[in-house]
Amino acid sequence: MDERTPALLMHEGEGFRLEKLPLGSRVIYPPESLPGLRDIDAQIRKALANPLGREPLHELLRPGMRLTIVFDDLSIPLPQMRTPDIRQRVIEHVLELAAAKGVDDVELIAGNALHRRMTPAELKRTVGERVYRSFFPRHLRNHDAEDKANLTVIGHTKHGEIVEINRRAAESDLIVYVNVSLTAMSGGPKSVSVGLASYRSLKHHHNVHTLRHSRSFNDPANSAMHHSYDRMAGLLGDSLKIFQIETTVNNDTFPTQLGFLNKREWEWSLKDQATYLAVKRANDLAPAKQRRQLWHKTASPYGVTSVTAGDPVQVHEVTMRHILRQQLTEVDGPSDIGIWGLPYICPYNVNSIMNPILVMSLGLGYFFNLYRNQPIVRPGGVAIYYHPVQNEFHPVHHPSYIDFFEEVLAETTDPVAIETKFEEQFATDPWYIHLYRNSYAYHGVHPLYMWYWGAHALEHLGDVIFVGGDRKTTSRMGFRSASTLNDALEMARERVGGSPTITYHHTPPLAMADVR
Amino acid sequence: MNLNLEYHRSPARYMAARTATGTIASGRASGWWAANMSPLRLVNRPDPRPPGPDWTRVKPLLSGICGSDLGLLTGRNSPYLSALVSMPFTPGHEVVGETLDDLPDLPRGSRVVLDPVLGCLPRQVEVCPGCAADEHSRCDHITSGAVSAGLQTGFCADTGGGWSRMLVAHASQLHRVPDALDDERALLVEPLACAVHSVRRISIPDGASVLVVGAGTVGLFTTLALREYTKAGPIYVIARYAHQRERAREMGATEVLSSDRAARALRRATGGFLARPERASEFLLGGTDIAFECTGGSGLDTALRVVRAGGTVLMSGMPNAGADLTPVWFRELNLVGAYASGGNDFPDALALAQSAPLTGYVDAIYPLSRWRDAIGHASAAGRLGSVKVAFDPTKDQ
Repeated sequence: MDERTPALLMHEGEGFRLEKLPLGSRVIYPPESLPGLRDIDAQIRKALANPLGREPLHELLRPGMRLTIVFDDLSIPLPQMRTPDIRQRVIEHVLELAAAKGVDDVELIAGNALHRRMTPAELKRTVGERVYRSFFPRHLRNHDAEDKANLTVIGHTKHGEIVEINRRAAESDLIVYVNVSLTAMSGGPKSVSVGLASYRSLKHHHNVHTLRHSRSFNDPANSAMHHSYDRMAGLLGDSLKIFQIETTVNNDTFPTQLGFLNKREWEWSLKDQATYLAVKRANDLAPAKQRRQLWHKTASPYGVTSVTAGDPVQVHEVTMRHILRQQLTEVDGPSDIGIWGLPYICPYNVNSIMNPILVMSLGLGYFFNLYRNQPIVRPGGVAIYYHPVQNEFHPVHHPSYIDFFEEVLAETTDPVAIETKFEEQFATDPWYIHLYRNSYAYHGVHPLYMWYWGAHALEHLGDVIFVGGDRKTTSRMGFRSASTLNDALEMARERVGGSPTITYHHTPPLAMADVR
Repeated sequence: MNLNLEYHRSPARYMAARTATGTIASGRASGWWAANMSPLRLVNRPDPRPPGPDWTRVKPLLSGICGSDLGLLTGRNSPYLSALVSMPFTPGHEVVGETLDDLPDLPRGSRVVLDPVLGCLPRQVEVCPGCAADEHSRCDHITSGAVSAGLQTGFCADTGGGWSRMLVAHASQLHRVPDALDDERALLVEPLACAVHSVRRISIPDGASVLVVGAGTVGLFTTLALREYTKAGPIYVIARYAHQRERAREMGATEVLSSDRAARALRRATGGFLARPERASEFLLGGTDIAFECTGGSGLDTALRVVRAGGTVLMSGMPNAGADLTPVWFRELNLVGAYASGGNDFPDALALAQSAPLTGYVDAIYPLSRWRDAIGHASAAGRLGSVKVAFDPTKDQ
């Protein structure tokens, strides 16, 4: 930041603002958005016919076989992709090949792990009307991690981790996994081992110890979580035949009418500036309910940057290269203070409410961990987030989150204490399990996982301040709130001294910091 | 002459108080409305005369303001009770006082607490089955006999009440206060006896989970009695104010809950499912084994919604609000009432008052002449950090 740098855009939940940062502050932007593939269908056909480390898909298909197509659930990409979703396109190609080969035992399963079930409308949006009409509900469904009769233990890794996944998939002759990778943490070994797993299996890597030793979980080589995924995926690879189809998207996150959100501020044209003023004004004036609906209905015009198929390990290497090419930005060392604007959406509030636990998870889990080598904030430094952090929960989607916030956080915010005392209770609570299986609720243990997600940041940071955050809500979570950035910086100086170095991690669109 | 606060028949004032205190807007100011609009007045009357040989005059040293008194002043009490009182009467049934006449085993000048129920013995009538069973709170003769109708001293025109300089009491109503027990603690014996009685009204299995709805005097003492006289398991208390939460824990509560999250917290603590009806409060399929309703208000509705099927709800506070009884039918609940005390409840309460952590429970004492302030304070006791507000009629002399 220098004298000529304009005020910078900050997301703050279902709103945004322009903020003038102190002179000398550093800003991390993602690289330019990559061009999308021109003929996506041709690229899909090509990938299926020329897979990495596998025979072409049509050669793996035969009459009488059991084929299970698994696809990533609605937690990615964020925001939702403009239809037709890339998963729909890939699934349609796979089904066409299967039909041509006379495969008639086909099941489609959303790999939602402990996430909430996708509604019929959400499934339809993801797989497309034609597939939905042909397969729903009997042969197109959500994975059920609590359906004991339809889970099967594949085995144990050498570290004693139990690998338990969906029985139908495990007993299939071929699993085709259809992926969308938005960040470096998803895809690859995570797809089947996590997406189709049970709580018994997930708890081996979704725990405080593993997450604290994942530096970061967007850097698989240095992520204890990914090492666990790798071990599980290795076991799966030994006994199951998995044909992985991975896709990546570029950084065209916001549609044309919100195009200024995709740009660096000093590149804003007069039209962009006028649009900002108009959208900001309209957004601020809109009733809260309508504002939320509008944001969640806003689909991203992502360009697809790669389609790769074949052996999961080899495919994921290619996927990772594409993701990093889009998101990786070199940063020269950490600073005393990191600033992030938190948007209205995270993987767990699609068509829902961003409750305080999800705000914590997005800020201290996802955004803090958008780094390689070391965080953008030095140990003991301060994180400043922008978000209103309202005490608001979706009663259907997040029932156990309400209890977690009211009861658990009233007692302790220490992730280890929470894990020790409460995880088993929340994970095995019959009501939460009932709501997960029959309603549209996240699994009972999910809020605890969201808290663990921030465990590394909680250990690393000296203080966490939310600009504009509701004082009571942030306080319940052990954080502080400030009315303005100046107030937040003043509060931060108590810990980092009078002349702190400041880095603003400008997201979304997503940028991953390669901190040297 | 006897200075006393007299409740008299005045349908207009009764309706005015009921209307004014019944709105949401005036809820916080209900004490003010009650003090200014209820048919209560400070008057001088001739001293009450003992109606028989076993009676004595009593000089109240302290006299508490109970929830049932406030219900009366705000017009909340049920019309059912109107047949059981005689007008005009002097309220006040939580009394520690000094006897002014000699009685067998109770010489003049004895410090006593009053068991206010006016059963067959004081009334000098043939003993009814309830009184014969040493359960005078179930007396069938409370409208007949030597004194006028009145379920208790404090609701009877002939006996006077605690909110005065003098009342009359039958020997059977009086319990001598040990020297070690100060007046403030002694004042709490009557509500404590009621709490002991309510806990004894039902069988509480060892380890049973219990909910106490409300953490006013009745709720706190019920928690204490549960810990003292039963082997109940976890005791959950719904408390509204910070000082009530602290006191509930002192009394032995396992966990203190706020009313707005009681159902969810109890579901987590005791198991079960939460159901959310349309246009009504959520309820549990599951929940605690037993619930004590100690608010006299909407607590009954809460209690009925969070007790497990086949469980028991005990009504301890005087009811003055409606409740949806559907759970009683659908969940096959036992709904039990507990009124006043009987048997050994009073002596046991006297003993308990000496050992229990009750310091500071009587923290606001007013002369009768400041009765409006006292009523206002008692109506907002929870919010103002008080448990028991009392009159000291000797201060006006």
